[in-house]
Order: sequence, then structure tokens, then C-alpha cells
Amino acid sequence: MQSLNNIQGAGSGGVFQSKLKRKESLTDTAFLLTITITLFIVIYILSIVFLGDKGFNKIQMFFNLFNENAALIVIACGLSIVMITGSIDISVGGSTALICTVCIVCLNKHGFNFFTVLILALTIGLAFGAVQGFLIAYLEMQPFIVTLAGMFLGRGLVALIEVNQIQVNNAGFEKLSAARIQIPFLGDINRKGVFIQSKLEYGVIIALIIVCLIYCLLKKTKLGRSFYAVGGNSQSALMLGINVRRTRFYAHLLCGLLAGIGGFLYLFHTRSGSVQQATGLEMDAIAASIIGGTLLTGGVGNIFGTLFGVLTSGIVLLIVTAIGSQDPWWPQITRAAMLCFFIVLQSIICSRKKSKN
Amino acid sequence: MFRMNHQIDNGRLVPAFKAFVRHRLFIPIAFLSFLLLLNIFINPGFLRISLGRDSSGNPVLIGNIINILNNATELVILAIGMTLVTASSKGQDISVGATVAIVGGVVMRVLCGSETQPAVLHASVFVALLLGCLAGMACGAFNGILVSKFNIQPMVATLILFTAGRSIGSMAMGGLKPKAVSSFGYYGNFIPGFPIPTPILITIAMVTVTCLALKKTNLGLYTKAVGINDKASSLNGLNPARIKFMTFVILGFCVGIAGFVQSSRVQTVNPYTIVPSIEMDVILAVALGGNSLGGGKFNMTGSIIGAYTIQTLTSMLTTLNVNTNAVPVFKAVIIIMLVAIQTPVVKSFFSNMDVFSKRAVSDGKERC
Repeated sequence: MQSLNNIQGAGSGGVFQSKLKRKESLTDTAFLLTITITLFIVIYILSIVFLGDKGFNKIQMFFNLFNENAALIVIACGLSIVMITGSIDISVGGSTALICTVCIVCLNKHGFNFFTVLILALTIGLAFGAVQGFLIAYLEMQPFIVTLAGMFLGRGLVALIEVNQIQVNNAGFEKLSAARIQIPFLGDINRKGVFIQSKLEYGVIIALIIVCLIYCLLKKTKLGRSFYAVGGNSQSALMLGINVRRTRFYAHLLCGLLAGIGGFLYLFHTRSGSVQQATGLEMDAIAASIIGGTLLTGGVGNIFGTLFGVLTSGIVLLIVTAIGSQDPWWPQITRAAMLCFFIVLQSIICSRKKSKN
Repeated sequence: MFRMNHQIDNGRLVPAFKAFVRHRLFIPIAFLSFLLLLNIFINPGFLRISLGRDSSGNPVLIGNIINILNNATELVILAIGMTLVTASSKGQDISVGATVAIVGGVVMRVLCGSETQPAVLHASVFVALLLGCLAGMACGAFNGILVSKFNIQPMVATLILFTAGRSIGSMAMGGLKPKAVSSFGYYGNFIPGFPIPTPILITIAMVTVTCLALKKTNLGLYTKAVGINDKASSLNGLNPARIKFMTFVILGFCVGIAGFVQSSRVQTVNPYTIVPSIEMDVILAVALGGNSLGGGKFNMTGSIIGAYTIQTLTSMLTTLNVNTNAVPVFKAVIIIMLVAIQTPVVKSFFSNMDVFSKRAVSDGKERC
């Protein structure tokens, strides 16, 4: 009996120790989040100080940052979930292009209304997520290969449906997408001294609500905790009784659903579609997640970090364009350089952790 | 029942057939023959090769087969490098298309300077080839360092160049789209007076060099060893990081050659549209060649046959008037099916069925 107690005591000691370690790694997540938020604030203050005359000192600029990136925020949330489970999805750009084109064709030629188009977009996103999730989770195929195929499939289908660039010419949809929220008491005074209220798009509200929902899902529910567990160590997760395959499948399904919502927001914002639509969106979303502190190896990540990751890369792009370089290649190269920096930083942090253990 | 009788009656034939089916080259050869048959069915004159004259009156070989061999050049060269990278680092390089754009940009910049229509080449073609290959190898080295030193998954590491590459290519050309004089086109089309397209000769040279390198050096052995188990190979005195790095640099060299041929074909380069989605084709060629995309042992012959198969498929789809942008749909479906067949889950499913049939056979024998 005594020996049993001893064993139990040792066991509980072990659990206690592992809890401590878990806490350390959690503070690590908080550390990465702090870096991201600080980086964003520092960059924003610097841009106000040095580029204030280019419009960075206006409040509307801050809201435009959200207006431009609402779709990206939603899509990056989906990618964060997938990356927390230790997988990846690079098909979101392709599915966004497909959603835009299909929805525009339906709006223009078949007279669909706003809600049917919304359901159509969600269905396409969910279909991508479900098929890819099934192949990755249950057939154990490499996520990168599957979603690379998905990316080419999406763009290829766009070319099958419509080769040229097309615009929405549905009056109801245009009216809805042109609507803005006027924010009272917040705004800028223009050159003539007239006060202009700041405007926010409706898509931004949806994006922010989704961020809060995903945060609750990840932190408060069993499914959210399973995402972290599977990404951290799928073997231990299996031993703890988590259905690893189903969790992976749900992660991809959720990512597909969010890609559907994001694709719809993208359409809502741009009102056009083409084969080249949303090129490099997957890379922007991955970059935002990585900048926000999601580890590529899985198990670590925070949704608010992703939000700030999107805002950081957004403001860097704004700065690149505001500096006045007309060359079209700088935005992409800057993004890639940022991505490279953060990937290498993460790899160094990971290797240091390993050597500590 | 039928299967059982068959096995008992033709006891010697079935193993030979089974051995052929189980051979690593079975899938690529079967798929290639199937496509060729389909092509002959669609177009009875598919295999015809004739001697014609080009616009300047030089004798050239004309025919569908020649076209496929000619157009597959870039794919074959890239598949050689990609096979090595896949085998050693258990992942693929998805930046090859973007790197081709960088190489093309460098080659055009060296040849044309900052003029859009130069009357003469600004440098010798050899210098352009050399600098193009160096640019390709530099990109390969960048990917290689990320993969081997920082232990980043190859596809994530190459994602950086995948997006930035085409922009860098545009930057290398200074945003211009210059057109070089026609003598630069000898390397992508025909040398006057010689009827065989030059790219076919370049392919033959590259394949020969690869064969020699795999036969005479330890390159193949070391790559396989690192891919199967890099810890074990490092205990045996190899340096896995260096070998992984080397395979990426070799792929960079292949990209250099491919980019040179590609830019020589039309003597101009648009970095944003050059070789669209070729990374997909190359990965498909490697997978089709019977290579596991999870690394380890590789089969170079299979990859090369795979590359020709992809080109046959592409030209067939083009003949059927499928839009160029829509071709990836078919390839994506094929790649998913091929990779699905290779996965352990599906394999074990089929082997379970095999076990079942064996059991049935043995039961039958007992009853007899």
C-alpha cells in the first residue's frame, strides 16, 4: 500500500513538473505575442513620426488598415488553427479566387441574391476543407502536396469557368458592399477645415467577431485544447484519448469554412474576379500567422497574435507604397523578407528549447 | 474462384506478371503507354515525323513526338534535381518556377543590358549561361541553408522564394521586357543547318552527366542514406546537412540550365508568366516515377519517364483545346490519386485484400 502511495506521489510530482513546463511554454507564447504587439506599435509610431504628412497621422488610415485586410484576418485565423495542429494549407488563395469567380457569375448571370451567394461561398470553402481534411487526416497524405494540388485546382477551375476578369454588376450587392459604418466623434479635419467622420466597412465587424469566436474556441473548448495537444505531440495526444485524426479533420474543415467566409469578404471588398485574383494570399496569411507567434511545428499560437501579424504586414506594405517606390515588386519582396526573418527566428527559438531540454 | 484456378494452372506465368506489376517502373511506363495509345487514337498521324523547313529555310524535324521531346526539356532537367532534393530532404522545392524567372531575368539583363531591343548582345551567351547558373545555385544555396542548417521543412523554406522569386526576376530586369537578337534563340530552338532541336541535345547531355555522376560517384548512395535515416548516416560518418545542402545546389544548377533554355526559346522573358505552375509538374513527375514523396530511395529513370509523361499529357490537353490556365485541374486530380495510392493507409488496405485472397487460396487447397 505504502509503495503504491509512493508511486502515486512520484506520479503526481511528475505531473506537477510537467505542468510547470507547460506553463513555461505558455509564457513563451505570451512572449511571442508581446513581441508582435510591440513591433506593430513601434512601427506605427515610427510611421506617424516620419511619414505623418503622407497620411499616417490620420485616424482613417488606421481604419483603412482594417478595411483592406478584413478578408486576410479571417483567412489567417483559419491558417493559424491548421498550423497549431501542425499541418498547413496553401490552397486558400485558389479557393478565394474560385469563390469570387463563381459568386460573380451567379450574381450577374443567374440573378442570385446576397444570401444565396454567401451560402455558395461557404459551401465552396467547406468542400475544399472537407476533401483536403479527409485526404490529410484519414489517408495520411502530406498536407503540403494535397493543398498545393488544391491551390492549382482552384485556379484551374476559375479558368474553366471564366478566362477574363469580371466585375459584379448586381445592383443590390453593390449597394450593400458600398455601405459603410460612420463612426461618430472620430475623424479627421481635411484641408478646408471640414470634419469628416471615419468610415469602417461591415466586413471588418464580421472579421473581428470571428477573431473573438475563434479565441473562445481555442481557449475554452475541448476541441480547441485538442488542437494544441495534437500539434504539440500527436503521439501523447493519442495516448491521452484524443481522436487525432478527427481533430486534424476538424481543423482543416474549420480552415475551409473560414476560407469561405474570407473569400466572401474578399469579394465583398473588391467586387471583381479573375484567374490572378488573390495571388499570394496563402503566403500572406501564413506570414501573418508566423509573425503573430504561431509555430510552424505546431502546438504554439495565439489568435490575437495572428490579428496583429496581419496588421503589422499591412502597415509595412502601406509604408513601402508611401515611400514612393512605384516598382511593383517591392511589396512581395518585403513580405518574403519579413517571412524569412520570422521563420529563421522561430527555428532558432525551437533549437534553443531543444538544447535546454 | 477464377483467380484461384488461374494461379494453379499458370503457376509460372503469374509470378512473372506480378513481378512486372510490382516493378518500380511499372506505373510510369504503363501510364506513358496509355497516354501514347490515347493520343494515337485521337490523332492517327501522331507518330509521324517529317523533315520540313523553318521560316529561314533551314531543315528541321517536325512531328508530335519531336515536339514533346523538345518541350519536356525543362521538366526533365528540373525533375533530375527535384528527385535528389526529395530523396535527401523528405520534401519538395516549390520555388523552382519562381527561380526559373530569376534566372531568366538575370540572363536577359546580362544579354540586353537596359535596352529593350538591342541590336547586338551585350555579353557572350556563355557568360549569360554562367551567371544564370550562378543565380540559380545561389537560390538553391539559400533554400539549402534554411533546410539543412535551420531544420525548416523544405516546402515552408522554399515558400519564401516561391512568392518573392517572380518579383525578384522582374527587379533583375529593371521592369523592362527586352527582346534579344535571334542568335540567342539557337539554344532554345534550332542551330541553323542542324535538324534536331537544340533542347533535345541539352537534355541528352544533362541525362548523361547525371547517369555518370550516379554511377561513378557516391552521390546516389549518400543521398539515399541521408533520406532514409539521417541520424544513422551521420553515425556512419556522413554529414547530412552538407549532403542536403548539396542536393539543393544541384537543383539550383538544374534550374539555371532550364531557365536558360526557357528564356532562349522566345528570346524574351515575362517573369510573372514564365513556366506557370511548373513546380506542380515537376513534383508530379517525381511522384509518377514511382518515388516516394517522403524521401529515401529514388529512381532517376522513373522521374525522367514521368517528366515525359507529363509533357505528353499537357500536349494532349492542348490538342483538345483545353485552356492553358485550366490544365492544372487535370494534373491536380492525377497527383492526388497517385499520392493517395502511395499512402500507407491505402497500401495496407490493398495488402489486407491480398492476404484475404491468399487465405482463400490456401483454404481452397486444403479442401482439395
